[in-house]
Amino acid sequence: MKAETLYDKLWNEHIVTDYGDGACLLYIDRHLVHEVTSPQAFEGLKLAGREPWRRTASLAVPDHNVPTRNRDSIDDPVSKKQLDALERNVREWRIPYIKLSDERQGIVHVIGPEQGVCQPGMTIVCGDSHTTTNGALAALAMGIGTSEVEHVLATQTLVARKSKNMRINVSNRLAPGITAKDLVLHIIGRIGTAGGAGSVIEFTGAGVTALSMEGRMTLCNMAIEAGARSGLVAVDDKTIDYVKGRPFAPDGDGWNQAVTYWKGLRSDPDAMFDQTVEIDAGQVQPCVTWGTSPEMVVSVHDDVPDPADEPDPVKREGMANALSYMDLAPGTPISSIRPDKIFIGSCTNSRIEDLREAARVVAGKQLAENIRQAIVVPGSGLVKRQAETEGLDRIFSDAGFEWREPGCSMCLGMNEDRLGAGERCASTSNRNFEGRQGAGSRTHLVSPAMAAAASIAGHFTDAREYISADDAD
Amino acid sequence: MHAFTAIDGLVAPLDRSNVDTDAIIPKQFLKSIRRSGFGPNLFDAWRYLDAGEPEQDCSRRPLNEDFVLNRSRYRGAQILLARENFGCGSSREHAVWALYEYGFRCVIAPSFGDIFFSNAGKNGLLTIVLPVQLVEQLFREVEATEGYRLKVELQPQTITTPSGKVLSFDVETALKERLLQGLDDIGMTLEHSDLIREYERQKAAEKPWLFPDPD
Ligand code: SF4
Repeated sequence: MKAETLYDKLWNEHIVTDYGDGACLLYIDRHLVHEVTSPQAFEGLKLAGREPWRRTASLAVPDHNVPTRNRDSIDDPVSKKQLDALERNVREWRIPYIKLSDERQGIVHVIGPEQGVCQPGMTIVCGDSHTTTNGALAALAMGIGTSEVEHVLATQTLVARKSKNMRINVSNRLAPGITAKDLVLHIIGRIGTAGGAGSVIEFTGAGVTALSMEGRMTLCNMAIEAGARSGLVAVDDKTIDYVKGRPFAPDGDGWNQAVTYWKGLRSDPDAMFDQTVEIDAGQVQPCVTWGTSPEMVVSVHDDVPDPADEPDPVKREGMANALSYMDLAPGTPISSIRPDKIFIGSCTNSRIEDLREAARVVAGKQLAENIRQAIVVPGSGLVKRQAETEGLDRIFSDAGFEWREPGCSMCLGMNEDRLGAGERCASTSNRNFEGRQGAGSRTHLVSPAMAAAASIAGHFTDAREYISADDAD
Repeated sequence: MHAFTAIDGLVAPLDRSNVDTDAIIPKQFLKSIRRSGFGPNLFDAWRYLDAGEPEQDCSRRPLNEDFVLNRSRYRGAQILLARENFGCGSSREHAVWALYEYGFRCVIAPSFGDIFFSNAGKNGLLTIVLPVQLVEQLFREVEATEGYRLKVELQPQTITTPSGKVLSFDVETALKERLLQGLDDIGMTLEHSDLIREYERQKAAEKPWLFPDPD
């Protein structure tokens, strides 16, 4: 048999029929739904007089619009309308639903793995580009648009074209105190935001297997920011241990059968990739973005680059636009940039490990004077509870952080958690696009430890300065 | 879905790479539960001088005269000429709905965000990938010539420039068929219902843990 990549295996396993022109009808095992990209799909279904094909393959949760302070009432009438529409639709179609008041509620990409709803070997889609997060489980996880949401609801399939196989091989291990977020920002800085275009990226190598499942999720989460269709990490013991015992995970005989199958979810040793990029984890420094695209990233020890040094005229202009939007001058040391606000959260960095990492930095310290606001938004109610059990909420509150309810929050500011025009934020989210966190907002993407360090120092600084050596692993 | 056969349309150049879907339609407008009404907020933060909010009367808002689509020579443009990685970022189909409602029927760029590209094809918006050098040349021609139009024909897969030069482009066969006829994807897939059921039967036997409860 021809040697196959992990992506080849996942793809072939889900072909319902091959249309022969490059497009296939792919079966979808799991469909996650949130309030922003689904209302028009449900409406389309209804208008066409169709029914969901397999409603128990879906799971819906509100996350983008939800308030993170007081949950008793939703003040924004437009948000409320959208949240109500989701409730109405899931009730009408009897789609499994985790409602806002449920402790399991959270960001869709956090709760999928947390509940064991997303499992290795599955095809997983959601009307949301960061669905790629689930690739950490060796599942083929893809973001789709609203028309495709409707298509999946109605047929449990997707018409898709196979992407190319790309491998990013990370040799060596990250230095202590350097995180998966730094690694993925480093990778995007190397290959660019279109570096993975048309491909599914499999992350391999010692630097990847050494990551925890949470770290792998951070990595795959941002595969979309490298332009890829999805990201993947092969199954190993960590994967299986992670899934075991979760509410929706298989049990009994089903579990044993599943594990046997899952263990084969890795690329064959001689499988061919269309492209391989080698990354040395030992070279990765704490990263900070300086511009309006995730590829505009440097080490915290570097300076803001000068567009004049960029030979490509389109890129040069892009850099100049970004610097003017960010109100930064070329040559400014990154460590002299002073954020106004701190956001720790989002589907990239709101899992328990992320909160622990940030708490370790702020423990016993106080927010710097120039920090107007610092918020921690756990990825789910269960992450929140776990953090509270460990006393992390106290550590944050004592330092001056606000401890919030779960949701997307300031990652995109669809609820009231927004930056004002011109405000600068150290954010653990994934997009530093113009206006992403509020009209005129300025975003610097960093790891949780780096956001925490900036909150204490009042400017960007190497988080390792705040972690004692024996602690920094 | 809207069909696309051919257009002879005015071209507007958007000279920026990595135009993301947050820029095409900012998040505050995603709270709508409808498929329409996004046109006035296309490129909202670039197009207007004030901060846009949902359900606002956009005809009274101050325009950013520097933004390319606000220049009179590009009014009524149906073809958007763009740079690398157009439509990257969020999966929001609202970006395509906004472009379409504004009047665009075709976007030409060296590359597109994957999800955007696929969303466009579901809504009758033709996305054409051309090599960087050709796109660069079109940018020069559009900027040099007021009233610059292109004729885009899907059946022969050609673009004809005002000087009569004919460029050809690639398009996937199935997508082309759907666009030409304005076909509904779901209807076509449901013709394979028996294959989907057969797939489910087979997998339920092989991998029972994936089908824990009967539906
Ligand atoms: S946290 Fe941010 S990136 Fe993640 S799903 Fe929510 S809005 Fe999207």
